[in-house]
Parts: sequence; C-alpha cells; structure tokens
Amino acid sequence: MQSVTVSHLIKNYPAGKKSVVEAVRDVSFSVDKGEIFGIIGPDGAGKTSIFRVLTTLLLAEGGKCTVDGLDVVKDYKEIRKRIGYMPGKFSLYQDLSVQENLEFFATIFNTTIEKNYDLIKDIYAQIEPFKERKAGQLSGGMKQKLALSCALIHKPTVLFLDEPTTGVDAVSRKEFWEMLHRLKTQGITILVSTPYMDEAGLCDRIALIQKGKILSVNTPKGITKEFKKPMWAVRSAEMFRLMNSILADPAVESCYPFGQYHHVVFHNAENEIQKLEQIIREGNFQNGEIKPVEPGIEDCFMALMKEQGTHG
Amino acid sequence: MRTLRFLLQKEFLQIFRDPSIFRILFIMPMVQLLVLPLAADYEIKNINLSVVDHDHSEYSRKLINKITSSGYFRLRDYSPTFPQALKTIESDKTDLVLEIPAQFERALVKDNSAPLLISVNAINGIKAGLGGAYLQGIVQNFNMEVRNQWIQYARLNPQPQIEVTFSNWYNPTMNYHVFMVPGILVMLMTIIGASIASNNIVREKEMGTIEQINVSPIRKSQFIIGKLVPFWILALLILTVGLTIARVVYGIVPVGHYATIYLFASIYLMAILGLGLLMSTFASTQQQSMLVSFFLTMIFNLLSGLFTPIESMPEWAKMLTRFNPVSYFIEVMRMVILKGSGLADIKYHILAELGFAFVFITWAILNYHKREA
Repeated sequence: MQSVTVSHLIKNYPAGKKSVVEAVRDVSFSVDKGEIFGIIGPDGAGKTSIFRVLTTLLLAEGGKCTVDGLDVVKDYKEIRKRIGYMPGKFSLYQDLSVQENLEFFATIFNTTIEKNYDLIKDIYAQIEPFKERKAGQLSGGMKQKLALSCALIHKPTVLFLDEPTTGVDAVSRKEFWEMLHRLKTQGITILVSTPYMDEAGLCDRIALIQKGKILSVNTPKGITKEFKKPMWAVRSAEMFRLMNSILADPAVESCYPFGQYHHVVFHNAENEIQKLEQIIREGNFQNGEIKPVEPGIEDCFMALMKEQGTHG
Repeated sequence: MRTLRFLLQKEFLQIFRDPSIFRILFIMPMVQLLVLPLAADYEIKNINLSVVDHDHSEYSRKLINKITSSGYFRLRDYSPTFPQALKTIESDKTDLVLEIPAQFERALVKDNSAPLLISVNAINGIKAGLGGAYLQGIVQNFNMEVRNQWIQYARLNPQPQIEVTFSNWYNPTMNYHVFMVPGILVMLMTIIGASIASNNIVREKEMGTIEQINVSPIRKSQFIIGKLVPFWILALLILTVGLTIARVVYGIVPVGHYATIYLFASIYLMAILGLGLLMSTFASTQQQSMLVSFFLTMIFNLLSGLFTPIESMPEWAKMLTRFNPVSYFIEVMRMVILKGSGLADIKYHILAELGFAFVFITWAILNYHKREA
C-alpha cells in the first residue's frame, strides 16, 4: 500500500510583478508504507515546498497528492491528525521546558505522554535528564531529539522530517538515523529530506531533486547502478592544474573534485588509464595516482544534473 | 475544552516566565498613571504678562494689581513702549502684552469709555485662547467695579445688571483629575491590550512555532480564543491596579458601581484584543504589527474625546468616533465614575462594543489561515 503519493505537483511563488519562481515543477513520486524515503537535493531544490504541501500547510498550484490515502486538499483535517511534521527550523516553544513542550504537543493531538511513551521511549530517555530545562537552552542534537519526540507523541502513521540533520554534529546525525531505523520497525512511514548525499544510502529509496524537478527515484543501489560508465579517481600534488589539464582533453566527459581526488569519466570506455597517465606525464605532475572507483550517490547526482542541464 | 485549557495553560506559563512582559504590563501603566494626569491639566496657570502702561494713573495701577492678584498671570516685564514689550514676546519671555494707553483714566472718567490693547502670542493656541479670555474676564470685572463705584453717585438711576453664578454638576470643584484619570486609564488599557495582542501571534510566526500548531488538529477558533483569554484576564488586572491608583492617589471614588465598569471593560477588552489579534493575523513580523497597532491606537486615542471634546470635532471626525471602540469606553468611564450611570444608561454603548468585539474576533478567526496559498 502506498502511504504517500505525489503526482504532477506544481508550486509557484510570486516574485515581483507577473513573474513567478517555479519552486516545484511537475514532481511525481510515491512512498510505500513503512519505508524511509529520502528527498535529496541542494538548498532551494524545492524540498521544503513539497513537504509543506504534503503536511497541508501550503496549497499547490497543480497536481494531486495523497497522504495515507487522503487527499491533501479535501481531507486536510483528517491528515493533520495522522501525520507528524518536524520543520527544518526548530519550532518548539523555546521558553517552555522539555517536559512542557512534550505535554503541550501531546494534548493538542488529544493524547497523553503515557499513552504513546513506548514509541518515544528510546529518544526521550536521552533528553529526560534535562526535562526541566527550557527548550531554547538545549544543544542542537538535543533540540532535534525533542522535536522528533514531539512529532511522534501522537503516534503518526507518516512522519515528515524536513532537513532534520542540518546543523547537527556527526555523532548526533548517526544517532538520529539509527532512531529513524528503529521507528521504521514500528511501521511508520518516514519522509526525510536532506542536502547531504552521504545520508542517501541510509534511506530505503531516494528521490534526487534539483531546481524543482525530480532527477531520479530509485533505491540508493539502483541509482548508483544507473551509472553505467567506469569512474576514475585521480590525484597529484597540484590538484587545480591537474583538473584543468584533464578537462582540456576532448575525450573526458566530466571531471570534478571529490575529497582528495578528482572523479573523472570518459565519453568512451577505452584506454582510460593510458589517457590519464599520459596527462600526468605530459603535465609533469608529481605524486600522480590513478585508481578505479565505484560511483556514489553524489557522482550520480552530478551526472544526472549535467544530463538534465544539457537536455532540459 | 481540554485543548483550550491546555492552550491557556501554555500561554500563562509563557507570560509568567517572561519577566519583561510582567514589567510592561504592570509597572509601566502604574508609572504612566501617576505621571500623565499631572501633565494633562487644561487649567493654564503662570501666563507671563508684559505691561505697557502709558497712563501711570490710579486706575491703571488698580487694573494691573487686579490682574496679577488673580493667580493666573505673572508680571514678567514692564516696558515703556509697545515695540519693546513685543520683543519680550518674540524672545518667549512673555505670552501676553497689555497696553494701557495714555489718559486711560481720564478717558474712562470723562468719556465713559477707554480703549485697552491685548496682544497674545498665539503659537500655543490653548494658552493664547485661555490667557486672552482670562484677561478679558478680569478687565470686564474691573469695568464692573468701576461702574458700581460710580453708580453710587446716581442711586436714583440704577443700571440693570445680570449676575451670573456657576455651579459645576458632577464635578463641583472642576477637578481635572477626576475627568482625566479614568480616560487615561482607558488609553493605557487600549495601548497595552492592542500591542500585546497584536504581537502575540506574530511572535509565533517569527519563531516558527505556528507551523507546529498549524499541522495539528487545533481549531482556528480554539487557537484565537486561547490567545485572547489570557490577555483579557491580564488587562482586567491592569484595570484593577488602575482603579486602585485612582482611588488611593487621586481620591476618585466612582459614583456608580465598580461592577458596571468591569462589565463594560470586559466587553471592551474583547473588542480591543480582537482587533490586536486581527492585526496579528495580517502581519508577518513583530515590527509590522507594532507599527500598525501604534498607528491605530494613536488615532483611536486622539479621536476618543479623551483630550478634546468630540462635539467640537468636524462632522467627518465625529462620524469616525462612532467607529472607535475607545470613545465609547471613555464616555462610559466618565459617566459611571462622575455621574453614577447604571447599565440602563449605557446600554447602547454596550451594544456598540459587543458589535466591535464580534466583528474583530470573527474577522481574526477567519483571517487566520492554517494553510497558505
């Protein structure tokens, strides 16, 4: 059963007279029940707009969306009872304590902390020692946990997390994803957006989105499999000159920096090592290193972006 | 009901946790109520007078004595010529010049009439108008005395005279405090009520907390009423503090019932808080809502009849005061405190205020959208 469906969603924002910003352009995807679905794209790709339409906070210009089989325009009242939403910006009451925030959100959803304590136990236990502290005085990671607890307290069937890990340290991010996987076992569908490509692999399925358009929807493995051409990692002592030299070769399709290496893809998969070695030799690059690599999500994103850019 | 109770509980928690709100709500109005009525006194005293006496006679001396002993005027300058006296007005040393022409006494005795010149600095209109009128009154009085003196010589032919005596009903001593303090209290409640209420929802918008409220099944009316009630209670507390100050400091004991005041105030507050919340639903930042509420309360207060009588306003402004919730409350306050009016006397005021409350609150609920377009 499909928990969330989005078909041909269009959302424009007015920008000055007669012109509009096309935030979401004809986006379609669906999310199965009980999966972790990641919407991955850079800032300004339209992630938050999609979330706000699905959480009944925003009316779209076109398209049809359902959450839990309910239409977001018609049945918004019923949807609001069933979903949990954690906005990108911390939006709990900073002047209320941890405990008071949780109690407040439990009550406005007509439930109590005790009733659904099982669901949030793992998460809330970590911030319970600070329950008397005001929410505004918590650290970033703890704020995140509190916000998640508040979004879960009424036992939603679908959970929308808008960039939950932005601005959170690496350890807390890891913990946060572990929490999401535990929630998944409770049968909660989770939609999560993130600008971090490295978090894509933690989702069951992902949608890559750029400038309001979906580039691809697949499992993380499926997306990397779509990348057919072999990829090479190259490095030397002079990285910038190396990149210019590689891009100067007409046989090279793309080359961009990736950590300590440049990732290089050729138009045709022939004699690639020889070509790269030749570039390094001719340019007199010191400490040259060439190795084949498996493409990651980010590589696929770059390739898809380039493809859409030339075709669209 | 349970949801509403928790909304209220949350609002009160937030209010009492914010020390500045408490200070703004109570200490500020108290200070204003102690200071403002002293300043808002229409009686003009200490008008600086310049006299140019060309006559130097017994009558001119008597006249000057009479003027300075009235208590309203201070003789600040005694110039030999009019241009010199005018200089003192130009340099703001004096407000009024009284010129007594040469042979004032002689003309008065011989021709039965003598001219006097009063020149008034009209930059401050109220001071000029009242100062000129006071001076004229004193001169007339002086004239009467002179005539009475002469009549004694012609007893068989008495001149008919009309003698006017005053009695000030409802405010026998013409105490301005009794008149102004209730009005200023209304003004303070209006300013505080409107600005606090107008800031509140916007604050949730700015903090982003409204997002979490919007995705919840809370009803719009619950949310708005949850915002209204705490400030309603607080404003009634301010009214209590204000009435206590009025009684203890200014000795104002209402002739009517306190209950009448509270009943009307509770309706009035729904109107003014509803207006604040309405502004709050329109604005997207606290700055916007602050400026709009400042603008509106300013107009409401100036058009309320607090400082200037509504009757002397132009027709269009009189029409506007009918749509001003503040003007009804100020009128009711004065009616109840000074005249002892009861519910029957203010029933139309109550109806009007109920109308405002209904319109503003309904509009606020309708205009608060949980979903954006």
